[in-house]
Amino acid sequence: MELSQRVRIPVSTEQVWRALNDPSVLQQCLPGCQLFKSTGDNEFEVAVQAKVGPVKATFEGAVELSDVYPPVSYKISGSGKGGVAGFAKGAADVSLEATEDGGGTLMSYKVSASVGGKLAQVGSRLVTGAARKMADDFFSNFVRLLSGDGNMQVDIETLET
Amino acid sequence: MAEQSIGKSVLRKEDMRFITGKGQYTDDVNLRGQTYGYFVRSPYAHADVGEIDVSAAAGMPGVVAILTGKQVAEDEIGGLPCGWMIHSKDGSEMKQPLHPVMAGSKVNYVGEPVALVVAESFVEAKNAAEMVSVDYSERDAVVSVTDAQSAPVIHEDAPANTCYEWELGEKASTEEAIASAAHVTTYELTNNRLIPNAMEPRAAIADFNPATEDLTLYTTSQNPHLVRLILTAFIQLAPEHKLRVIAPDVGGGFGSKIFVYSEETALAWASMKLGLPIKWTAERSESFLADAHGRDHVTTAQLGLDAEGRFVGLKVKTTANMGAYLSTFASSVPTYLYGTLLAGQYKTPNIYVEVDSVFTNTAPVDAYRGAGRPEATFLLERIVELAARETGRDPAELRRINMIQPDEFPYQTPVALEYDIGDYEASLNRALKMADYDTFADRRAASEAKGKLRGIGFSCYIEACGLAPSKVAGELGAGVGLWESGEVRVNPTGSVTVLTGTHSHGQGHETTFAQLVASRFGISVDDVEVVHGDTGKLDFGLGTYGSRSLAVGGSALAKAADKVVEKGRLIAAHLLDEDAEKIDFEDGEYRVKDSNQAKTFQEIAFAAYVPHDYPLEDLEPGLAEKAFYDPGNFTYPAGTHICEVEIDPDTGVVEIDRFTAVDDFGTIINPMIVEGQVHGGIAQGIGQALLEGCVYDDMGQLQTGSYMDYCMPRADDLPSFAVGMTSTPCTHNPVGAKGCGEAGAIGSPPAVINAVTDAVGVPDITMPATPEKVWRAIATADKNAA
Repeated sequence: MELSQRVRIPVSTEQVWRALNDPSVLQQCLPGCQLFKSTGDNEFEVAVQAKVGPVKATFEGAVELSDVYPPVSYKISGSGKGGVAGFAKGAADVSLEATEDGGGTLMSYKVSASVGGKLAQVGSRLVTGAARKMADDFFSNFVRLLSGDGNMQVDIETLET
Repeated sequence: MAEQSIGKSVLRKEDMRFITGKGQYTDDVNLRGQTYGYFVRSPYAHADVGEIDVSAAAGMPGVVAILTGKQVAEDEIGGLPCGWMIHSKDGSEMKQPLHPVMAGSKVNYVGEPVALVVAESFVEAKNAAEMVSVDYSERDAVVSVTDAQSAPVIHEDAPANTCYEWELGEKASTEEAIASAAHVTTYELTNNRLIPNAMEPRAAIADFNPATEDLTLYTTSQNPHLVRLILTAFIQLAPEHKLRVIAPDVGGGFGSKIFVYSEETALAWASMKLGLPIKWTAERSESFLADAHGRDHVTTAQLGLDAEGRFVGLKVKTTANMGAYLSTFASSVPTYLYGTLLAGQYKTPNIYVEVDSVFTNTAPVDAYRGAGRPEATFLLERIVELAARETGRDPAELRRINMIQPDEFPYQTPVALEYDIGDYEASLNRALKMADYDTFADRRAASEAKGKLRGIGFSCYIEACGLAPSKVAGELGAGVGLWESGEVRVNPTGSVTVLTGTHSHGQGHETTFAQLVASRFGISVDDVEVVHGDTGKLDFGLGTYGSRSLAVGGSALAKAADKVVEKGRLIAAHLLDEDAEKIDFEDGEYRVKDSNQAKTFQEIAFAAYVPHDYPLEDLEPGLAEKAFYDPGNFTYPAGTHICEVEIDPDTGVVEIDRFTAVDDFGTIINPMIVEGQVHGGIAQGIGQALLEGCVYDDMGQLQTGSYMDYCMPRADDLPSFAVGMTSTPCTHNPVGAKGCGEAGAIGSPPAVINAVTDAVGVPDITMPATPEKVWRAIATADKNAA
């Protein structure tokens, strides 16, 4: 699954950058995330409960940040094992730029995800949808949190899929 | 006197127990103290295996033991052998990398077993298996045959992931013939990978008796003696006389149950190690991952024609996928079961075929209904159809002018086989008539009038069954003999017990073989019992595959029955006080020629076992005979399939409106059973052509791992088939039978694709021709026409 999107956030790039590097924010925004703990420099231990079609599992794994250029861009990538459900891998290239009016941030991201084992075997048809929904939920939650408006309609622009 | 039953559609003796749910399949067998096995399988297509942590699993309720690939290696069990040695063009032996019973330090396909959990119940075994933690380090995987030879190496002892580079035929003369041909048709194709999907998943129970040191293995096998031979002689699990393999009722095989797999082997080893009976029954998901798959070829071919349309040369280059390891007979499928069939029904004088077989990070690939012959037939019947279209000839007529004629047999092809007999034009003519070919244009016009596309497609197939003779097969690399055994035991009351080394898993042997033997003795089919599938009861046998059972196994039984008749004649001669040569045996009676002096078959049987008045000084008592039969040649069933489709251009959905099959299977014992075999084969062939396709993603993850994504043919995908027969009995076996089990799956896929492409007006649509592909092809054809 690959997805490229852009969204406008009404706070400064510095504020967005701080949030992108805050494990508690990331945990709060990632649906089903039970653990998001720093284990070192740009490394985190993560547990996420996810449901893809008939398969429900808790994925435990590691997330790392790479190609970090504060406060402009980074790559966040992770992989997790879900026992018999198989495994999942995902990454997002995230970049920020100030909006022309100066008051906000335009956040662009390119997400890729893949799965293996039972998930791929019985849920491959559903994985794309589930991964897109997870990405949508994460970034919508992120925008709402930063905007301070939990009910706001988040307008995400899809560039390519 | 019983009615002569050969050629009669006797109802199947076995069906009552099957349709009333009383079949005894492997999973129906339950032993006292039985435990359950569950396999931990790799979720990665290619990964190094680090530590396997079983500590959490070992403490789970009911767990008896957890065994890993490391322990298999320590006990020096395996690897699993491949039974056919293929030599490359340069004379070197094929590469046969170690095929471990369970993976050791590296896994090479998704689903490969890495550990076996044994517990007191199935659920406990499965729950504990989920707690086994394996430390994998993923590597890049290679999946497609076209990438394999340039990808990172899977097995260090198979450079360029190449198993062998094989050839057959004359290269120079073929290239010359094509170079000077009036027309050359070129065709590139992919023969889609299939998953067998027998109705009954694989299962096994291994039962080691520590007191006697006997090991009994119940397993879903098409050939229990072969399982015993491989587990004892090659894997050296137990001495051959201490292993009994029982394959009870088996619910379909299609080739996938020929092979000796990891699971049954691991179970047998674990039972010996633990001294416990262990049962394993595959879940459907495991069948998708770990049954040997079929087909998976990529091919380029050129067919040269002279100005009159006669084929002058055929040149073929194929790359075949072996999967991660060589399965039991994998190496023979794209070589001696494929290249040798490329002459088809035609007099093509020059043929050359090259086959590269490659390893990939996918499940092993091996024989699947037809095994090599569907791939050969698809290539040949597609390229012939394309040649007809390109040269503006009627596809039926182009085939006709190239066919081997009845007076040209025996016919030596340029690709090793010598066809003994056939009348291909008779089948073609009969099929054209049954399919109403001369009024096809009217039906096409009627379809067009309602906005539909109609097309017709032909396939004139030949196949080679009853793989033989052993001597020749041995010279070509076979690791086993290819004869069959049969035993006919006449009981004192005159009923008969027949033992055969072939195995029935849907073919109806209990009926066909009973008819064969009953007719030889002139007794009722009900008085004959057929026993098969137990190495403890039978001498030896090579099982059922390659449509061999009647042609080879039936021939052994015919020989044994004839020996019984001859011994009976000597007994009758004594009782009737007449010379044996003056006694006829007919309709169940030994009769002195031109007299009413006679003894029934039953009277003779009784006399043989109660020898109070018996020539004991010349003849042993009893009436039971054995025979071993090694065929002199393959048999060559052949026929014509014609498919007619109607396509909705708005949706791309293909409806098979008519399907005609006319087959020459030689002598037919039970037409109903033969027709059933043809129906099943065609259904599988249509499945390959329109619906089924195994897909792995780039990481080697199986995407079609359930019935949500792997589409099997269903009743509403199929028309009512029109099946006809012609007959030229096999010249070299005593039954005259050729074999019918695979013909449907061999002949039908090219007929379907020829019909679909004829309707759409494009040269090719790759299998499976799903509605999406057909719809896109229609859109492209429309655009090109505009």
